[in-house]
Amino acid sequence: MRRTLVLVVLVAAGVAALQAQNVTFDRISHPEKEPQNWLSYSQNLFNQRFSPLTQITTANAKNLELQWVWQSKSLEKFEATALVVDGVLYTLQGPPQQGVYEIVALDATTGRPFWTLDYRPALEARPCCGRVSRGLAILGDTLYMGTIDAHLLAIDAKTGKILWDHTVEKVGEKAIEKYAITHAPVVIKDKIVVGIAGGDLGVRGFICAFDAKTGNELWRTYTVPAKGEPGNETWSGDSWKTGGAGVWNSGAYDAETNLVFFGTGNPAPDWDGRERLGDNLYSDSVLALDADTGKLKWHYQFTPHDEVDYDSTQVPVLADIQWEGRPRKVMLWANRNGLAYVLDRTSGQFLLGKPFVKVTWMDGFDAKGRPIRIPGQVPTPEGSIIRPHVLGATNWAPPSFSPRTGLFYVAGWENSGTIATEGKFPGATGIPNGTPMGQATLTPNFKKEEEGFGVIRALDPHGLTRKWEFKMNDITWAGVMTTASDVLFGGGKEGYFLALDARSGDLLWKIALGGQINSGPMTYSVNGKQYVTVAAGSSLFAFALR
Amino acid sequence: MRATVFSLLAIAGALLAGGPLLAQHSTAQDIEDGGRVFRNTCANCHGPDGNEVAGIDLGRAVFRRAKTDQDLVQIIRTGVAGTAMPASDMSVAQAEQVVAYLRSVAATKRSASAVGSIESGRALFEGKGSCRSCHRVDGVGARLGPDLSNVGQLRRAVELETSVIDPGKEILYNNRTYRVVLKDGTAVTGRLLNLDSFTVLMLDSKETLRSFDKANLRDFGFVDVSPMPSYKDKLTAQELADVVSYLVSLKGKAN
Repeated sequence: MRRTLVLVVLVAAGVAALQAQNVTFDRISHPEKEPQNWLSYSQNLFNQRFSPLTQITTANAKNLELQWVWQSKSLEKFEATALVVDGVLYTLQGPPQQGVYEIVALDATTGRPFWTLDYRPALEARPCCGRVSRGLAILGDTLYMGTIDAHLLAIDAKTGKILWDHTVEKVGEKAIEKYAITHAPVVIKDKIVVGIAGGDLGVRGFICAFDAKTGNELWRTYTVPAKGEPGNETWSGDSWKTGGAGVWNSGAYDAETNLVFFGTGNPAPDWDGRERLGDNLYSDSVLALDADTGKLKWHYQFTPHDEVDYDSTQVPVLADIQWEGRPRKVMLWANRNGLAYVLDRTSGQFLLGKPFVKVTWMDGFDAKGRPIRIPGQVPTPEGSIIRPHVLGATNWAPPSFSPRTGLFYVAGWENSGTIATEGKFPGATGIPNGTPMGQATLTPNFKKEEEGFGVIRALDPHGLTRKWEFKMNDITWAGVMTTASDVLFGGGKEGYFLALDARSGDLLWKIALGGQINSGPMTYSVNGKQYVTVAAGSSLFAFALR
Repeated sequence: MRATVFSLLAIAGALLAGGPLLAQHSTAQDIEDGGRVFRNTCANCHGPDGNEVAGIDLGRAVFRRAKTDQDLVQIIRTGVAGTAMPASDMSVAQAEQVVAYLRSVAATKRSASAVGSIESGRALFEGKGSCRSCHRVDGVGARLGPDLSNVGQLRRAVELETSVIDPGKEILYNNRTYRVVLKDGTAVTGRLLNLDSFTVLMLDSKETLRSFDKANLRDFGFVDVSPMPSYKDKLTAQELADVVSYLVSLKGKAN
């Protein structure tokens, strides 16, 4: 009897060790088979940020308590979502000016580092909006990381040694040479797919795929078509050459159609469309690309000829739902422009669009799903007030979809507006203390509700109606996550980490973490114990039930 | 020489008249943002009214070198070699906002016409005005209102005058007043120090730091009326000028 037990334990340990050695694409594609792990940026390739774990429930979430903290050296915004593979947690923090990235492998139960890797990007790297990274990817025993100087790194997950360091594009001194990668790479079969940021500086964006083993580039698709390509006619003159449309958030993948989906950023220059007349394709769009070739299969543009900065780089969320009485493969999208969308992800067909915050720049859609603009709601010489704000109704913070509740959860801002003047950086209206970019440390809040507030909203894709909302006094740059026990985790600029009932929005638990939350929560399990982590300030915090 | 003087006057006149030199497209927001940058950066040497460097009166568009607004933007960004005017890291847009602010200053009147006495103003501030029952200067006085130890470095005379006679006209967001009502009906009013989804932090009227859990409150909200009384009918024109002169003289102690 004893012998059998020992054997069983040995076999179990052996299996765990074997798994840890090889994160196959099949494992990444089927995270539901190993709910204890978190193998890609938003848990699954549909970006639902939904975990099958159920130990933490709406009844016991009040018993969550701190397990460990990992503190980084950098006071950059800590935007990464961690990965967990069989008890090992991998994460990274962006570099301060002239400083280094920190990439770490931690014991997911104690927070103790197995190894730490420092990586120094080129001094020429000057991304427009934060020296951040939103996460790593893993395939096999290799971690993948994009950098603010547009390198793609392969790192040995066991040792933290760099296996190869590929220059995706050389960063130079000119603004249009400030190529950067700030999002977690996407693993598709044997490829690593990343997008290039820098659109605000006039970098012409692109999405590219690399051989996971060698780092060789396999395909590259520009987000702004060149002369002679379809869509180039939507740019006046040579404006397409510096058209922007950067890519700075992770994409989604649908194996059934072999399509990879990425959102694209604003056209450049941001706040002045006079020199880039036309719709400016494919800025502020979602692109569906053949994952093997990079060929564009379809696109949908959320904000044609954007002059406010409504990047559409939110992570695409894919879901299979009932739609008008039959199953439909859809894409859910809460956009920086204030509108929520349901698209058919096989064809790009527009199914529904509706504001999820106050929107003043458009009123309704035409039959093809093109927004109908309200005259005058564009930047003017005198300045005009446009809602939502330049930083958006939501931004990059990842949303969640729960197949259990059927609800789409979005962290956003309400009552925020922008004063848009031709060619000038927009001023914030109502929001005290200027433009409310996120930062690591806490800032005092004196806002009245009419000056802007943060909110987590649960939207029913059918009709995009609001099922509940949870309001916060200050705005939020934190993502949300849901679990199969109907717990939603979120947070905000105030530094509270929150657990809500995903069906009602009722507050279950909260804790003040002493720094702004600029990341998306994630969860994992080791030895039967469920943990939930979130980065706040410059640290990563892990919680579990007491 | 005369031609030069004439052109300077002409430029000054154009600016005072809201002429077309610069920022004809500036918005109220530009001016506000420019003012913030000016107070944080330029006012350290030029003073809040822009007239503390000899031969230069930014608020009246009197410059040594600049002839156009583009010149001003250039000087703000690159400084003036061989002088105390340093380069800055401002963008063109920010520099333009500062210039837009200076234009707006040039278009408004200066403070009271009467010449004030700093000493008389101090006496009024500390005596008849009872200003120290709410305000603090160099460590003396209450903490309920804004500390005025360096207000002369931060605000222009005309702004200070407005604050004395019409205190509610502009209340900076970090000087807001908040009121909570406890479950037992007790009301507490104070200076708001921080507000979040769950708590209210304030300095109450007894200068006690208070933290309230919103779940334990019957009511809470902003008080939009300034707790400061207007001194419009309480001070003579001369007294008002004296108080403003005293406030302007408060430049803070050297660090």
